[in-house]
Amino acid sequence: MIEITHLTKKYAGHAVVDDVSFTCRPGTVTGFLGPNGSGKSTTLRMLCGLTPPTAGSATLLGGRYRDLPNPARRVGVLLDASAQHGGRTGREVLTLATLTTGVPRRRVAELFAQVGLDDPAARKRVRAYSLGMRQRLGLAVALLGEPEMLILDEPANGLDPEGIAWMRTLLRGFADRGGTVLLSSHLLGEVQAIADQIVLIHNGRVVEQGNTADLIAGGRSLEDLFLARTGGQS
Amino acid sequence: MTAPSLARLTVVELRKLVDTRSGRWLLITIGVLAAALVTLQLVFGGSGDRTFAAAFLVSVLPIALLLPVLGILLVTSEWSQRTALTTFTLVPRRHRVALAKVVAATLAGVASVPVSVVVATVATLASGGEWTFRAELLWYTALAQIIGVLMGVGFGMVLLNSPLAIVVYLILPTVWTILGATIRSLREAAAWLDTGVTTMALFEPGMTGGDWAKLGVSVAVWVALPLAAGLVRVTTREVA
Repeated sequence: MIEITHLTKKYAGHAVVDDVSFTCRPGTVTGFLGPNGSGKSTTLRMLCGLTPPTAGSATLLGGRYRDLPNPARRVGVLLDASAQHGGRTGREVLTLATLTTGVPRRRVAELFAQVGLDDPAARKRVRAYSLGMRQRLGLAVALLGEPEMLILDEPANGLDPEGIAWMRTLLRGFADRGGTVLLSSHLLGEVQAIADQIVLIHNGRVVEQGNTADLIAGGRSLEDLFLARTGGQS
Repeated sequence: MTAPSLARLTVVELRKLVDTRSGRWLLITIGVLAAALVTLQLVFGGSGDRTFAAAFLVSVLPIALLLPVLGILLVTSEWSQRTALTTFTLVPRRHRVALAKVVAATLAGVASVPVSVVVATVATLASGGEWTFRAELLWYTALAQIIGVLMGVGFGMVLLNSPLAIVVYLILPTVWTILGATIRSLREAAAWLDTGVTTMALFEPGMTGGDWAKLGVSVAVWVALPLAAGLVRVTTREVA
């Protein structure tokens, strides 16, 4: 369970995230939507203890993220796939994560197979990775400790159509086995296909939230809703 | 579901020192420079320089210059390469990561002493020099190298910016020299505050109580204080 309650972040008096509240339940996928700069990433960073909130709270699994002794064993996080040392190989990145979290080293090979990075790719330096490969590597780090929850910031960004289809299957399967998924994305069609719940924010405020099925009732697409609520052109 | 132990986090930090090409090259450069300087001394130095102690002390110099850079990069590369995002997501108790970096840097300082011993041994064997040496130099050298590398870690944690931290660290001795030469009253202060001066006493025979006091004060100002301020900065700074 993820509980975001009246979460607010102000920079120099300006609210980037403004009184945001929502809940993510086990067994569901929550699509977290909003235009660029609407406060999605800041919200997710506050949830993961990387940014201190100005007001309100963000908790998961009944407490704060930073109070989890070894978070990777319970929560898989991918906030920015490009935030990796370009000089390390993909295998080294994953090895460091297993050493840190105490996950057995044999998981490294399993994870590379699971996220679809072959052996030559694992040996390459991350500098030579495409964004799609970095996303797969980041997802491998997130899945490392066999978590019960995934928090992903635009994980489909840079993936090719095959990769997007693979991601859809992976996330849907994760939730169907009882996991909790919170993901932000700009791929509205994808979100519409896999998310049980939608939270749409604009200028830091929640402008729409509810079950996906209810929101797109009457033949309306998620894109129509997104553009209507965020003042874009349709 | 226990938290990663300090030992485990230290192993990770030591691994980060060597798992990139830039890290490995820095270590190789330190070793090569130490060997090169000792060779130069053998070739161009007087016969009095052909002792184990002389070779050992020359090998210490390039290590003392570059080990702090290693300490700086151990911290700042997390921010310049943005790996802090993953590091602190996996270990949200950031002070534990900072502590592991301090321990890893300390171990690197200790490990530099055997490197100097090996270089000096080879030089002494090659030149047929004398094996004169004060054993206490081993401990004092380890201490001096640890002070230097931790100063680097402290500067790195305060500034969180690789080029800035390296420049500040490198120009500091020059600033002391210039200030000490131009302002008379600062010359006495330098004796207590310039780590270049206070650690030098470790390599000369007979550390006095006054020498230790001066060393302690300079370390408090340039190592303990930056580490403490840096710890606050690292644990509270927003990671994006």
